[in-house]
Amino acid sequence: METRSIEVPESLYVRIESRIKGSKFASVADYVSFVLRERLVSEEENAQSHFTKEEEEKIKDRLRALGYL
Amino acid sequence: MISPHGGRLVDRTIPFDKKEETVHEAAKLSQIEVNPDLARDVENIAFGAFSPLEGFLGQADYDSVIHTKRLRSDLVWTIPILLDASKTEVANIKTGDTVALVDSSRLPFALLAVDEVYGYKKKELAEQVYGTTDPAHPGVAKTSTMKEFLVGGKIRLIDLLFDEFQRFRLRPVETRVLFKEKGWRTVVGFQTRNIPHIGHEYVQKTALTFVDGLFINPVIGKKKSGDFKDEVILDAYTTLLKNYYLKDKTVLAILRTEMRYAGPREAIFHAIVRKNFGCTHFVVGRDHAGVGKYYAPYAAQEIFEEFPDLGIIPLFFRSFFYCNKCQSVVNEKICPHDPSERIDFSGTKLRGTLRNGETAPKELIRPEVAEALQRWKEPFVE
Repeated sequence: METRSIEVPESLYVRIESRIKGSKFASVADYVSFVLRERLVSEEENAQSHFTKEEEEKIKDRLRALGYL
Repeated sequence: MISPHGGRLVDRTIPFDKKEETVHEAAKLSQIEVNPDLARDVENIAFGAFSPLEGFLGQADYDSVIHTKRLRSDLVWTIPILLDASKTEVANIKTGDTVALVDSSRLPFALLAVDEVYGYKKKELAEQVYGTTDPAHPGVAKTSTMKEFLVGGKIRLIDLLFDEFQRFRLRPVETRVLFKEKGWRTVVGFQTRNIPHIGHEYVQKTALTFVDGLFINPVIGKKKSGDFKDEVILDAYTTLLKNYYLKDKTVLAILRTEMRYAGPREAIFHAIVRKNFGCTHFVVGRDHAGVGKYYAPYAAQEIFEEFPDLGIIPLFFRSFFYCNKCQSVVNEKICPHDPSERIDFSGTKLRGTLRNGETAPKELIRPEVAEALQRWKEPFVE
């Protein structure tokens, strides 16, 4: 996998380094990647649905016709 | 509502008012013939079941998926979705072209905007995806019959293919509306390729205890010889749900794709697809999507540790069995009795019972389901 470097404050790096000792994370980079992925997933989960009210009504009509609603 | 994989539900269908002109356009294009299972995957891409994919993988994504189990974008993706094409088919195709995807009757049902045509190594593909190059593995066998080239690019679906199971077919956008209407905030997805026995029912209902709704989503598509036919699986499930499940808490709809028998990788893929359907949880049992003895019994559960960013919660279950002493369905974590007291929910044993025209014991399968199965003269794939 391709990677890129980003900078974090020294104090934060030291705190993470201390936190991951004895954990499943092999490096500070692993830990930071994990936390960022979790955060991104959480943000994506809050994304709004992208279909209109009219489209939603059409879908409900089909669901009723099939006996799901 | 849980977000689709990658944050957006893909829609690659051509609007109704553009269909006629697109069909005319497609008739003038170069064609690539796709088999029925691949055609279903074109539909799955178009409907967003395979979000974030918008088409077939290009080379960089192909390499990334088979080696790192992620797309180039770093999103988890474990099964490469590929369009193979013959030397003759790619002879007149170049990057930037649009080609028509046709079924065996040569009717165009989708368009593909070609990003690239590239070669690949079948042995490497099989080894990475299936963990073996044994030709007896159905996935390896299928890989060996693939055409010489791969074509990457985005698709657009012109028209739905005929589907005898249309009644049970819902798109992710539809299941999402359905779950919302039912007031389900949490939904557990259950993948199956088999008829339901008591062990399945126990797993499903145990999982349902912790969430708002249960989404039973059988895979309908090419299976191996000896598996139950699709119509038999649906008949069995319809019968079971009618007699033993709360209607407001359960939805049965099919997933039109083939079984890959890729074990751990396919378990992740199955979870991603159910996330796109709106599931927040996903059941992973013993030897999920496995075949023969190619994968360790719980490898399909262990692989989830690699993907903390998957975005759907796996629910791991051990193998269930009926214990004569407990007089109930239990598993090895909770039953203290000798293994000789167990009646295993063996699919092989169940198939043997049915083949011999015998009635399966009620500890193994619900009597109504057993009756439904006995009405089928040829319940198995040849």
